[in-house]
Amino acid sequence: MTIRAQVAMVMNLDKCIGCHTCSVTCKQVWTNRPGAEYAWFNDVETKPGVGYPKRWEDQERWKGGWELDRKGRLRLKAGGRLKKLATIFSNPDLPEIDDYYEPWTYDYEKLITAPLSKHDPVARARSQLTGKALPEIQWGPNWDDNLAGAPERIHQDPLTEGIQEQVKATYEQAFMFYLPRICEHCLNPSCVASCPSGAMYKREEDGIVLVDQAKCRGWRFCVSGCPYKKVYFNHRTGKAEKCTLCYPRIEAGLPTICSETCVGRIRYIGLVLYDVDRVEAAASVPDPHELLDAQRDVFLDPEDPEVRERAARDGIPDDWIEAARRSPVYALAHRYEVALPLHPEFRTLPMVWYVPPLSPIVSALEEDDYEADPDQVFPAIESMRIPVDYLANLLAAGDAERIRGVLRRLAAMRGHMRKREVLGEHDEAMPASVGMSVADVEDMYRLLAIAKYEDRYVIPQAHTELAGRLMEQQGTCGLDFEGGPGNCGMVGAESGPEDFMLSDGDPVDLDIVKMAGGRRRDGAADRDGGGA
Amino acid sequence: MSAGKVLLWIILPYVAITAFVVGHWWRYRTDQFAWTSRSTQLLDRRVLGWASPAFHYGALAAIGGHVVGLCIPESLTASIGISEGFYRWFAGIAGGIAGLVTLVGFLGLLYRRTTSARVRRTTTRTDMLTYFLLTVLILMGCWMTFGHTLFTDDPYNYRSSIADWWRSIFYLDPDVAAVEGAPLIYQLHAIVAWAFWGLFAFSRLVHAWSIPLQYVGRPYILYRRRYRAGSSA
Repeated sequence: MTIRAQVAMVMNLDKCIGCHTCSVTCKQVWTNRPGAEYAWFNDVETKPGVGYPKRWEDQERWKGGWELDRKGRLRLKAGGRLKKLATIFSNPDLPEIDDYYEPWTYDYEKLITAPLSKHDPVARARSQLTGKALPEIQWGPNWDDNLAGAPERIHQDPLTEGIQEQVKATYEQAFMFYLPRICEHCLNPSCVASCPSGAMYKREEDGIVLVDQAKCRGWRFCVSGCPYKKVYFNHRTGKAEKCTLCYPRIEAGLPTICSETCVGRIRYIGLVLYDVDRVEAAASVPDPHELLDAQRDVFLDPEDPEVRERAARDGIPDDWIEAARRSPVYALAHRYEVALPLHPEFRTLPMVWYVPPLSPIVSALEEDDYEADPDQVFPAIESMRIPVDYLANLLAAGDAERIRGVLRRLAAMRGHMRKREVLGEHDEAMPASVGMSVADVEDMYRLLAIAKYEDRYVIPQAHTELAGRLMEQQGTCGLDFEGGPGNCGMVGAESGPEDFMLSDGDPVDLDIVKMAGGRRRDGAADRDGGGA
Repeated sequence: MSAGKVLLWIILPYVAITAFVVGHWWRYRTDQFAWTSRSTQLLDRRVLGWASPAFHYGALAAIGGHVVGLCIPESLTASIGISEGFYRWFAGIAGGIAGLVTLVGFLGLLYRRTTSARVRRTTTRTDMLTYFLLTVLILMGCWMTFGHTLFTDDPYNYRSSIADWWRSIFYLDPDVAAVEGAPLIYQLHAIVAWAFWGLFAFSRLVHAWSIPLQYVGRPYILYRRRYRAGSSA
């Protein structure tokens, strides 16, 4: 067991109003530059909808993420290392920019410089790729926002496959909800695995997945390897870019821009402790319906004293362990089990989880003089506008029972609080019927409904002072933990990943390395006693 | 020896080699951010699907042929029993196929780059110079292979002339006499090639050194520490 900390996020889709503030503030901060005009590190999609880029969820087409081979071993869906090298001159799975949209601006100057004329001057659209006027804009960001064009396009949504009869575009029967998306900062990131240059990496301290701009050589396999299509190719610089989880803010203990500016207060950021040695096994579970439990089991309970002791031994600072105990993400994903991973079947172990949305019951029932009894919350779940099967395709690898379980808990929370606040009754039956205590339900209510800033964001500051301690590891292997390879000679001196943990090729005095290694082990023993 | 000959067959090679070596050293140290393939596949996937692999695989094969033809002395191949005739036919046929594949791919890429407005707009002046030199080199290379090696009664044996001069440059004892008698097209090909090598480090061609062979033996998931060891010391 090797414990690491991951900064993770939960979004409560029940409260997303689709205002796109997260997208706009993210764009202003990160992608408001030439070459990244089309890139939205954060975007908000209307579901059902075609998606951005179009049909990104269709992995039979884009070949993102992982799959199991015939022997049940985990492999990249787009093929292994040799296939990547063989197709490096033309990536067969790369989306074209039209799959996102052709970015444009307007000829604003025309409005000022046009001579006096009978009609108002028009600022024409100009492509930001060619600089030429665009005769007609065919597609753009959020082109199908709020079901625009749904009658023609709704069944281009890959999630509607097999449940077409449940997904209606007619006004009376339509349903929709919003899905804000950022990089998932996966525990098993297929973008990192797809990068031939080794330019992408996951940070050991907080799990943030980044692209080293100096090492990226523009081979563009990360773009196709990510099943969420959240790595973008900057067409000016020829390098890959992606959501950074606003790491400069996270390091300072602040929430990401998208979270900070979220009007609906739907976002939660906190730590989860996980066992890095269990990641591959969890991603390799054969039955897709068991993936969710396997992914939850990778998380470790920060209330467990053994876990805390082990975490401290693995170098996680005390205040981080304390923050993990107060983590809203762990609470929603593991304690209350109402948050679910986005497309667990991609097998990347995504670290942005979602609370599925409740929705009004279908109007067909109301027409038959049906009047919903507000205290009968559970029967309503089957009559909700958003088909459970649709949510199951999004958040539970098709396992509708999972979604029902979560919706029942959310409905029970509402029912319980309604009884308490409106009727003044105290009833333990409803929480008990969904396997929760009254205290848990009321805690969950405070987290989801009251959603105080300090409860939503529990982000410990980065420990810059630890950088000095890493000096002791200079020249040592960095892999000599329990169960690790433990031998520097096993990996080539030039290409091994442990290179990244060493300094820039400074000559190392071997005697000093030995001494430092000894000191490090002594230091570790001290830390076990005295804490970090 | 005339000043022109000294310039073309001694000074030009050494200037090109210097630019190549120093240029790469300087570029690698100062310009990692622009060290990329500058792929335009995102902008337009037409034509690229077949033209880019054809050009790159053809070029890799042609480079291999050049390495064998220029670096291995004729005496060495002769000593292991490869006759000049056999070498000529093998090199001519293999080189001819490689050259044709490269040429077809290159024409496809040129067509794409000139007709696609999106791709054309990403083309820099250095790119244009690179494409010009590549066009000249590939056309002359194909002409020499087909006109002077395969379909001729009087094949030219560059291995006993140009190759000797080429190697003598690296011995620091340039043998100008060995190249003087070569047909004009061989001489032109060599001169343009030196210009090409001189430009190499300053163009997008540097991505050739980044063929990620290390990917084959690497673990899939890479972790890095936020602070490199000793960075705060």
